[in-house]
Amino acid sequence: MSKKTNTIASALIVALFLILLNLLVWFRVIGEYTSQVLTIAGINAIIALGLNLISGFTGQLALGHAGFMAVGAYTTAALLMKVNLPMALAVLGGALMSALFGFLIGLPTLRLRGDYLAIVTLGFGEIIRVLMINLPELTGGPAGLKGIPTYTTNFAWRPVIPFALVYLALTLVVVLLNNLLNSSHGAAIVSIREDEIAANAMGVNVFYYKLFAFTLSAFIGGLGGALYAPFFGYLSPNMFNFQKSVEFLIIVVLGGMGNLTGTVVAGIGLTYLQEILRFLKDYRLVIYPVILIIVMLFQPSGIMGLFGNKEFSLTRLVSKMLGEKPLGGEESSDKAGEVQ
Amino acid sequence: MTVLKTENLSIQFGGLMAVANLNLDVKKGELIGLIGPNGAGKTTVFNMLTGVYKPTAGRILVQDRTGQLQDISRLHPYQITALGMARTFQNIRLFKNLTVLDNVRIGNHLNVKYNSVTGIFRLPGYYREQKRIDEECRALLKIFEIEHKSDELAKNLPYGEQRKLEIVRALATKPHILLLDEPAAGMNPQETLELMDLIKYIRERFDLTIILIEHDMKLVMGICERIVVLNYGRTIACGTPAEVAHDPLVIKAYLGKELENGA
Repeated sequence: MSKKTNTIASALIVALFLILLNLLVWFRVIGEYTSQVLTIAGINAIIALGLNLISGFTGQLALGHAGFMAVGAYTTAALLMKVNLPMALAVLGGALMSALFGFLIGLPTLRLRGDYLAIVTLGFGEIIRVLMINLPELTGGPAGLKGIPTYTTNFAWRPVIPFALVYLALTLVVVLLNNLLNSSHGAAIVSIREDEIAANAMGVNVFYYKLFAFTLSAFIGGLGGALYAPFFGYLSPNMFNFQKSVEFLIIVVLGGMGNLTGTVVAGIGLTYLQEILRFLKDYRLVIYPVILIIVMLFQPSGIMGLFGNKEFSLTRLVSKMLGEKPLGGEESSDKAGEVQ
Repeated sequence: MTVLKTENLSIQFGGLMAVANLNLDVKKGELIGLIGPNGAGKTTVFNMLTGVYKPTAGRILVQDRTGQLQDISRLHPYQITALGMARTFQNIRLFKNLTVLDNVRIGNHLNVKYNSVTGIFRLPGYYREQKRIDEECRALLKIFEIEHKSDELAKNLPYGEQRKLEIVRALATKPHILLLDEPAAGMNPQETLELMDLIKYIRERFDLTIILIEHDMKLVMGICERIVVLNYGRTIACGTPAEVAHDPLVIKAYLGKELENGA
């Protein structure tokens, strides 16, 4: 079997898996509550993937992805409520608006080397939150924005549609990010993390690639928010506080900086864990930092560091199961080396 | 034909004149050695030539790909690399956590013909181009006999091979001027001899002009046609290896001092 057939087989397996999951939700084998938690988990994973692109792969720490999520969410809500755009366009609009913000923030800050981006994005996240509080005509102010049109009002479809959309988006984000990172342009992005001076000397336009990665990262963050607004139907500025940004960072660190597989696993796992721990009330907020401390102490490269930081690759698995020699990383990036 | 020229090139760090009035005129195909005691300003010269530091005075002219001399003293490093001048680093600066092949692929970055959108969606032409890059990079690695390590992480290579990989990576940018910053540092005498042959070979093969900084006098005297000696940022001698070796100023500043210390 050729590489191509393996890729097609993998794509089929992914499609079947997604359909199966949706059927489970449709027949309520996965209950409505669980499917909602999983939907939020998927959204968190998407945003964390965006953050990983700039922080894990490009090596530029960003601390304001809740801000991008907010921009995406509120823009989509406004497009739905004020402009009456169709759902697909509103979601795309939210993501694009967030990308625009990312571009504008990156333009002055990414010229500098060092942690300036972290400080600026930290400020950005807070500014967005305060803006949302003080723009009541657009955002409903501190009381929040109610009555955002949801994906569907049909009882049978209600849990299925957001679930299906979010996991479809998650799959697309993973596949396309992986494509990018395995291309020569992706290699250029990772080279910036490895050694900015050497990357520059090799002809990599460091500023351009940082800006590209950051804009794309903001786009993905905005996409997560955009998917969130019509799912939840209600937005409040305090959903997008600094703590939320840190949550995404914890997902990235726990999963492994510069590892897509780890981010997805940690994103879904941590969100789910938070729901399981609801009985602990506010104490569950202690769990996150504790997990983080343990990871930093014993497994600083994240959970995927346990597997040599290799990406999970379905094509590799398929070819292995068919008893072939490994074909090398087609859908995987074996190169995403551990950070520090 | 002049491919690289500096006119009164100077740089000052606060009150320290690190390099003063450096005048170089490098002809096509030359192999020039830049030597001098520690702290003489050799690497600083390289950093100015490649755009890492901006000179405080003077000009740098480099032949671009069309054969015109162009002032590069205000350009960014990546723009200078695009003109055809590549370098290696004294303290190895490989992309340590990437594979050997990826290191070379990044060097090849300027020759990638597809854009990022093609890369993300794997549009037509992507696989063909990716295959071409792959083959080109492996061919380069083969010349340096490290092709069999293509899939290893750069940090896992032995020291000598890391030095070689730095040269391969620089060659992947398709330069016509190559700056080597202490290519033999940390190599044993046998490896240094091999490196000398390799440097001569790549000069012929890729039609290169080479400037190298080196402390290993055997290497410098053995392969350089012309040597420039710096001390405290000033050019104190310039000429053939024989001329330089007998220059009283050089002996006093550099070789003589070393002998006194019994080194």
